[in-house]
Amino acid sequence: MSLLHVENLQTVLDTGGSVRPVDGVTFDIARGETFALLGESGCGKSLTALSIMRLLPEVGRIAGGLVRLQDGDALDLLALPETAMRNLRGKRMAMIFQEPAASLNPVMTVGEQIAEVLERHAGLRGEAQQQRVLELLDAVGISDAVRRARDYPFQMSGGMKQRVMIAIALACAPDLLIADEPTTALDVTIQAQVLELLRELQHKNGMALLLITHDLGVVAEMAHRVAVMYAGEIVEIASREQFFSRPLHPYTQKLFAALPQKGKARLATIPGTVPMLNREFPCCRFADRCEHAWALCREQAPAWTLLEGGRGVRCHLYEEHVAGSAWSVAKSEEPEGTRMSHPPPVTRYPLLQVESLRVHFPIRKGVLQRVSGYVKAVDGVSFDIAAGRTLALVGESGCGKTTVGKSILRLIEPSAGTVRFGGENIGALRRDRMRMLRSQLQIIFQDPYASLNPRMRVAESIEEGMAALETVADAAARMRRVDELLAQVGLSAAMKYRYPHEFSGGQRQRIAIARALAVRPRLIVCDEPTSALDVSVQAQILNLLKQLQDELGLAYLFITHNIAVVEFLAHEVAVMYLGRIVECGSAEEILNTPRHPYTQALLSAAPRLESAGERRVIKLSGELPSPINPPPGCHFHPRCPHAMPQCRGEYPQASRFSATHHAHCYLYPSNPLNDGA
Amino acid sequence: MPVVLWTDALIYLLLAAVIVFVVVVRRREHLLAPWQRVAHSRSGMAAATVLVFFLAAGLLDSVHYRPALADNGGERNYSVEVLSLFDLLATQLRTHTEKTYSAPLAAHLFAKENISLADGRQVRDFPRLVHGGAHLPDPANELAHDVLWRSGLALLLALVIWLALAAGLVAWLARRRGIAWRDMARQVWYGKTEIPWHVVLLTLAAMLVVVVPMWVLSANYHVFGTDKVGQDVLYLALKSIRTGLVIGTLTTLVMLPFALLLGIAAGYFKGWADDVIQYVYTTLNSIPSVLLIAAAVLMTQIYMDLHPELFETVAARADLRLLFLCVILGITSWTGLCRLLRGETLKLREMEYIQAAQAFGVSQWRILTRHILPNVMHIVLISLVMEFSALVLAEAVLSYVGVGVDPSMISFGTMINSARLEMAREPMVWWALLAAFSFMFVLVLAANLFADAVRDAFDPRVQTLKVKTA
Repeated sequence: MSLLHVENLQTVLDTGGSVRPVDGVTFDIARGETFALLGESGCGKSLTALSIMRLLPEVGRIAGGLVRLQDGDALDLLALPETAMRNLRGKRMAMIFQEPAASLNPVMTVGEQIAEVLERHAGLRGEAQQQRVLELLDAVGISDAVRRARDYPFQMSGGMKQRVMIAIALACAPDLLIADEPTTALDVTIQAQVLELLRELQHKNGMALLLITHDLGVVAEMAHRVAVMYAGEIVEIASREQFFSRPLHPYTQKLFAALPQKGKARLATIPGTVPMLNREFPCCRFADRCEHAWALCREQAPAWTLLEGGRGVRCHLYEEHVAGSAWSVAKSEEPEGTRMSHPPPVTRYPLLQVESLRVHFPIRKGVLQRVSGYVKAVDGVSFDIAAGRTLALVGESGCGKTTVGKSILRLIEPSAGTVRFGGENIGALRRDRMRMLRSQLQIIFQDPYASLNPRMRVAESIEEGMAALETVADAAARMRRVDELLAQVGLSAAMKYRYPHEFSGGQRQRIAIARALAVRPRLIVCDEPTSALDVSVQAQILNLLKQLQDELGLAYLFITHNIAVVEFLAHEVAVMYLGRIVECGSAEEILNTPRHPYTQALLSAAPRLESAGERRVIKLSGELPSPINPPPGCHFHPRCPHAMPQCRGEYPQASRFSATHHAHCYLYPSNPLNDGA
Repeated sequence: MPVVLWTDALIYLLLAAVIVFVVVVRRREHLLAPWQRVAHSRSGMAAATVLVFFLAAGLLDSVHYRPALADNGGERNYSVEVLSLFDLLATQLRTHTEKTYSAPLAAHLFAKENISLADGRQVRDFPRLVHGGAHLPDPANELAHDVLWRSGLALLLALVIWLALAAGLVAWLARRRGIAWRDMARQVWYGKTEIPWHVVLLTLAAMLVVVVPMWVLSANYHVFGTDKVGQDVLYLALKSIRTGLVIGTLTTLVMLPFALLLGIAAGYFKGWADDVIQYVYTTLNSIPSVLLIAAAVLMTQIYMDLHPELFETVAARADLRLLFLCVILGITSWTGLCRLLRGETLKLREMEYIQAAQAFGVSQWRILTRHILPNVMHIVLISLVMEFSALVLAEAVLSYVGVGVDPSMISFGTMINSARLEMAREPMVWWALLAAFSFMFVLVLAANLFADAVRDAFDPRVQTLKVKTA
């Protein structure tokens, strides 16, 4: 018997017209099961969860359907009065959200916040309550619970806050836990910890988990069953094994094909965007973007088709009575990405040489603003990038990788070290000479919404660089170049008079790329250009970047935390930890034979599609230390599983494994015969 | 002879700026969108309808001229009195002065006097007014009836005007959309249009119901009575509108350059520039502003008194003092907006598009004007509209204290100031205060409601809910 039964749930948002972000969703969750709800942003995953909890925003209402929580007697959640709902929330069903920092009250200690729930639902007070708070903190893996219970949220790191959120959610041992993208805001190593914790707790308490995520990797690690949502509907439900061995719905197949992977020359993309949900759909919602679509798909909405093995799919391809019903499509499914045909030409002329780059931010204190210390955001980083090559700078948030990118462009002034571009020392350049050089060095940012001025037309944004750097002096010629650039990044020239708000995230990122290309750069610093985008859009951008590299011979400094993207795009990889590069080498070397324990942990922590049981996750304890006061010796030793006494002493010298591959770790003999890098 | 006073010139300038702004906004979709939201707000449109009446009065009162005197041989002479178009329209109101106080809609003076009768006897009684109710042979019996009768006629007239305006509006809308008149009327009536025209029409009806009877009655009566020297209080209240509007709008014009330049510079350049600007406005903020204003106003007054030759007319002199008051109010009130802009700029300068511009080597000045300025304009607009009503009230307070506008200039403040002593009188003279109070109340309330609508439309935080759920 299922614990939660959702049937034909419909939610409507009344914002101007009525939008139907959840339109007839049906699923069951059994006790002790992890049910993953997978989908791209804007497809209604979160609103489904909020509808179940009846926590919809003011403009939203549940238009129909049935939500039943079963436990002996069935409770119809939609029919309950609000007071009864309040007794259920937190007690029988609990929810954790994406952003742990925003979910905790900043002026209450975490202990009080847990106690609040206990008092409300379990009626615990005094000693018993305190006891239970400590137990819960222990259970979610927070050491030194007695002291930590008195901490305020700001004293905790992101991972810790999410643990506290989980403790609050679990306070009354709920039957159902809804986790809405619980690890999206966290780093991979922390994500691995939190997922592990959720799995453990579920195993112990036997609760059901409704996991909402956009990350196929997380699904592969966690889920027992998977539902794929698209445009307000569930298009496919399957068990994990079925799902990963053979996805059925064309949308799901596309999602898999769009994942960046090593060896794919191009990623499959899904043309178009998710349709607006403010209208009726007489047809299949995916028809416009589906390459298998035929006439029927545009005339009739597909019904839910149950297939063997308890899986179901919403697609005409699998309906029995439909002529040409094509299991064959699923069977002949070949990874969309064609194999890489030829290795890119190897040029060894270093375009950018960075040598012991340091960026220290002074910490000022007191009335006189005296410098009392430094945040060593970047502390001696060296690497080279050859023309036409991609160096991926990998690391967790806060390790200083973005600062490296910005200081190369002198958006942040470096404190020490040299940056040579085409042989010229950028740091020593005067203003006017630097301006000349700016046309060769460009940057693409992470957030496509913040990287375009909302008050400027697209053409003005793209043109600005050309005008400022006087690469194209004549206004008419500039306009022609704008048209050319828009075509180059796959947009139409007619769009140039629009404002940024008329474009989707992926399109904006294309515009940002066109803007950078406008001045014909030779090197582009890509600062996590795809981390804010959905998988299918990410695929488009990555394809574009790769294609531009082939055509224009661009070099990229690709800053990212996503290992899969690295595999797809990078020629060389540098792994950063706390302001320093701990390992550097060619992509094959790093990804196949990582030497540094941190690199190994990072690679193992990234969720993969391959069955989770086979791989061994190297668990890292703790979190990134503060760069104000880095640990002595090797920065990584407090979290390192192989830490030795000598790691505490001095920062290790480079150990070379090949001409390109080196790491800083005492596990390997140091051989600084070649230059000390 | 047309006369352009300093404040007139600035008002024309402001009007021109507003017209240019409207033209620019109409062409750009992203700028137009929030204004459309304002137009869709009910309270906002109701307030705007009321404001239109005030603006019309204020603008009419800002076209000044000196009437030609009777021709006496070849050379034309002009009166030293400066009149406005509004004065011309309200000639009756302006010239129908009594001897002293009279109550609203009265036919007799408020104070008893010795009256010489035709037969030479003297009686002590309330004398008849020269203009108020002068057409009535027996006011004691006929006055109430006459007033009611005229009001009734006026209401009918109001209805006719309203119907004509409503029909005109519907016809215009119907033509613009190309649908039948009847359908359009139904849509408007049931509030189905995007812009809440039915609210506009209702407000218009309410305004007409008040304004038309006042206008009709004012031909034969003093609707709000008369003041100490027998001037019609309604006229004074109407003249005060311009003063209020000038203070409310021109002050912001003065303070804008300070607030914009310093606020954005502090936020963008940080470092010592920020320190200096912050010290300046914190210092300025810590001086009680009334003190500063009083000192400045008294200084200018003494200067003006010592140089009477600088001013051709009394109006010019009063006008310059008004302008100085605006400047001084502006100088003391830029700090709030400056602080807001500094904060917003601090946030914006870290935005990625600013960094992208820096990566292109775009000049600082261009970054400030092209990237930062347009993105803080919504804050400027919101605070300007919000500030307006505060300034109108500030003028009233300052004039009451005696450091406001020139005593010869009619304003809400001077009206209240001169009425305050009469409040202590028995029987009380309450109407001057009531008139000033109710006019100011309606003006400020409308301005505040409109400001609310503007803030709702422009403030990004108000819209976050909609964006998230979309």
